[in-house]
Amino acid sequence: MTWDWSAVTDFLPLLRQGLVVTLEALALGSLISFGLGLVWALLMRTPTRWVRWPVGAVTEFVRDTPLLVQLFFLFYVLPEWGLTLSALTTGVLGIGLHYSTYTMQVYRAGIEAVPAGQWEAATALSLPPGRTWRAVILPQAIRRVVPALGNYVIAMLKDTPMLMVITVLEMLGEARLFSQQHFRFTEPLTVIGVAFILISYLASLLLRALERRLVR
Amino acid sequence: MSADTHLTSDPDAHTNPPVDGSELIRFEQVTKRFGDNTVLDRLDFSVDSGRHVTLIGPSGSGKTTILRLLMTLTRPDEGTITVAGERLHPAGEKQTREIRKKIGMVFQQFNLFPNMSVLRNLTEAPVTVLGLSRDEAEARARELLDLVGLADKCDMRPTRLSGGQQQRVAIARALAMRPQVLLLDEVTSALDPELVAGVLDLLRDIARSTDITMLCVTHEMNFARDISDQVLMFDEGRVIESGPPEKLFGDPDHARTREFLGALL
Repeated sequence: MTWDWSAVTDFLPLLRQGLVVTLEALALGSLISFGLGLVWALLMRTPTRWVRWPVGAVTEFVRDTPLLVQLFFLFYVLPEWGLTLSALTTGVLGIGLHYSTYTMQVYRAGIEAVPAGQWEAATALSLPPGRTWRAVILPQAIRRVVPALGNYVIAMLKDTPMLMVITVLEMLGEARLFSQQHFRFTEPLTVIGVAFILISYLASLLLRALERRLVR
Repeated sequence: MSADTHLTSDPDAHTNPPVDGSELIRFEQVTKRFGDNTVLDRLDFSVDSGRHVTLIGPSGSGKTTILRLLMTLTRPDEGTITVAGERLHPAGEKQTREIRKKIGMVFQQFNLFPNMSVLRNLTEAPVTVLGLSRDEAEARARELLDLVGLADKCDMRPTRLSGGQQQRVAIARALAMRPQVLLLDEVTSALDPELVAGVLDLLRDIARSTDITMLCVTHEMNFARDISDQVLMFDEGRVIESGPPEKLFGDPDHARTREFLGALL
């Protein structure tokens, strides 16, 4: 096995395209999972079980089935129901939805960690429930859960290669394409491996900086 | 615009307490249980407007529960509680909110909002609940912080203050809503001994200079003697003795009161 630097240079333009797609999927997937996870967590706190029960069942189902199966389902079954989305959109929705069922647990823990005294003080000041959530509870809860949410960003990053199976050309997809055309596997796969390490590392640095800012 | 309209559009209108000494708070046959434990047992008592009432008694005798019931932090199992002629339970959410606005509470653990500055702790509810403008609310907040001796701490986070300072902010925060009734739940119990005096002095000032009705649970008997017009001795969920502090501390009728006070000395 020889290492061919010219294969690396040949791969770089494809890597750049794949990197953009990977980061796009990661950013949008994160946003969806953070937003939707919070919605799930709040719905699970409504007093009526007619909301809690279906939300609990759906999110449990999504959490307990593999992301890969969900991606196939979204990509091949939704069009049969008349809903055709681009491969990347499908992938972003799939990852976002899947991880929202994890982030909801993170939010739940964060919300429960806010001391009862905060709710009581809000009641004593007659703050209405919506205001109590927005001004008192969520700012404290979210501050607590940033590190845990950040870990899911890194987990999501490492799941983006799954989008390859629904034809999204993210980094692994580009590497595979390159390998098939040039019969070189070592270089492209190594290069994307390094790229994943760098992104993870940068993300964790960013996260730590954010944590420090929030903990202050 | 008539004078009447002007009065009702005043955001402070509801806070003008009736100072005629009429009955403001009434508990009738109130029972509260936690599991098998009956904390309040068919409790009857009432407080007149403008009075300063201290609740004393052994731990677990239900004193704090009374304050929590008034603040609607918990519900009675039986009986009725009336504030300014309006029943607290059962009441609709809207009515409960209206009654709640008349009542402020200071907690043992301060319960300041750590995600807001000291000033914002004081302006949040006046702006969102009473509808004050931010400027009005801030002016009122600064005045109150000045009163509690913390005018220079406006922009700080509460967690950077000492316990005594936090509790003084909490008192100011409760007063910012101009409540008719102030509930004080063992407000010095979580403080280091050297910080207690500052908080108690502040409360003495407030008791003397305002006609706010105070209901106070405390283990500070000197403070209770100082500020109260009336002391209620609790035991096993009932008021076993009540009277002016001179009487209750000087010459209590009930053996249980003598025993309780004796144990504190």
